[in-house]
Amino acid sequence: MRNTTSIALKEFKSYLASPMAYVVICIFLVLTGVFFSISPSTYLETSIRGLWGFWGVLFLLLLAAVLTMRLLAEERKMGTLELLLTAPVRDSEVIMGKFLGSLSILTVMLVLTLYYPLLLWLFGDPDMGPIATGYLGLFLLGCASLAVGLFASSLTSNQVVAAVVAGGILFALWFTGMVANLLPEAIGEAIGYFSLAYYFPDFMRGVIDTRGIIYYLSITVLFLFLAIRSLENSRWS
Amino acid sequence: MIRVENLTKYYGNRLAVDNISFNVEKGEVVGFLGPNAAGKTTTMRILTGFLAPTRGDVWVAGYNVLSHSLEARQHIGYFPEAVPLYTDMTVRSYLDFSASLRGLDKNRIKTRIEEVVDICHLEEYIDVLIGKLSKGFRQRVGVAQTIIHEPEVLILDEPTIGIDPIQVAMTRQLIKELGKERTVLLSTHILPEVSMTCERVIIINEGRIVAEDRIENLSSIMGGSRRIRLEVEGPSEKVAERLRQIEGVHRVSYQDSHYVVECSAGQDPRGKIMETIVQGGWTLLSMEAIEMSLEDIFLKLTTEEETGQ
Repeated sequence: MRNTTSIALKEFKSYLASPMAYVVICIFLVLTGVFFSISPSTYLETSIRGLWGFWGVLFLLLLAAVLTMRLLAEERKMGTLELLLTAPVRDSEVIMGKFLGSLSILTVMLVLTLYYPLLLWLFGDPDMGPIATGYLGLFLLGCASLAVGLFASSLTSNQVVAAVVAGGILFALWFTGMVANLLPEAIGEAIGYFSLAYYFPDFMRGVIDTRGIIYYLSITVLFLFLAIRSLENSRWS
Repeated sequence: MIRVENLTKYYGNRLAVDNISFNVEKGEVVGFLGPNAAGKTTTMRILTGFLAPTRGDVWVAGYNVLSHSLEARQHIGYFPEAVPLYTDMTVRSYLDFSASLRGLDKNRIKTRIEEVVDICHLEEYIDVLIGKLSKGFRQRVGVAQTIIHEPEVLILDEPTIGIDPIQVAMTRQLIKELGKERTVLLSTHILPEVSMTCERVIIINEGRIVAEDRIENLSSIMGGSRRIRLEVEGPSEKVAERLRQIEGVHRVSYQDSHYVVECSAGQDPRGKIMETIVQGGWTLLSMEAIEMSLEDIFLKLTTEEETGQ
């Protein structure tokens, strides 16, 4: 546990030490600001459904891919992975530390967007329930996306490749839902369950669906597990 | 302290390490010598748990590196070949991070950072980003990282590559000092480094151990001949002629006003040489036995290996 914390803390600090995090946070806030201010639901429903609509969420997936791409790929490229993997630290602690480090940055970013619901609360009378569950959904979706990104980063020493692979997996999981609509009903529905997009609208509507929570947590655990295996595998190359 | 048994490592189809076995006792400083791509780095990576062996077993500090990897790693200080470091961290935060991964507690980390910074002469650079340091200083940070948790076993992969001569001397001195109480396995392809710092040497070429002995014994295990160098005042041809007649001498050559006398390994004809020269009425200015240098041994062993294939 101590090792995990050390690694998470180190990752968090190195996000803050690089210009990358600030650029990403900046673009993130500008774009979400645009989504928030041009969406009719902001004014008509005083809700954040416009802010976290299709484009907002797609942007969150991209962001997760960009945030995680360097986590292991850079270590592999710089050779620092050699020192990390020869320190008395379990592979699972390395992966968990990296995951929590990136999750803490994502959490900071989500917290910064709380500024929009605050505006709604100051100038209107929003329903706080759906806003809270919406953020729970965002957090869970964020966990799953970061885990996918971390797995992609464990596969290669090239950050761009890592980001593209992560983006590919995430978009594929997201758009499965759309493909599912084209298929016969039973099959389509079954495939739809596997989509990252399937459970998300419920959270935005203020519904906490246990299937949704379990789904996002399962995706997170699955990809963290795959990342650990991929790290172990590199010892046997 | 280090025990390697029948270690074999393939990368895909390429054989990198071919069934090697060796031991390093507690407190020994052993040189691991070989040309590039001989399998030194691969062996060290297996010892430190970075790579898993294809076959064979490795123990460090009594722990099997495969089955008790964490315990083994706890006792190892590893200096990888390319000195990989996090360039976006300061020296202090990096040492803090490495120490905490090795399980040192907060107060201990603080005092140990001061100690290793002192040992490696990094005082002025402790709050500088590693990315801004020159190669020589990065190398020192690498050494500091290696010894921060006071490991019993040090595995150093070419620690003196790419730094200036003063630092090379400093690093060798440091290795010698560390070797007094710790077990050190030092890989290098610089021969004088081994004779300067190590007690014993393991020579590896193309994944196989070609020789292993104490440095002073190595020339004798070569089996070959013993050489004596003479400086004599007198007519060179006559002197050489008389020297050749001495029992046990195979060859006498004359170059740069020195005679080199080669004789069988078991014999010491120095007394007879002395007599001969005095009888001839010449003056003996100097006489010394030449040890085969590590370069000679190394070249002979590795070229033999090549011609053997």
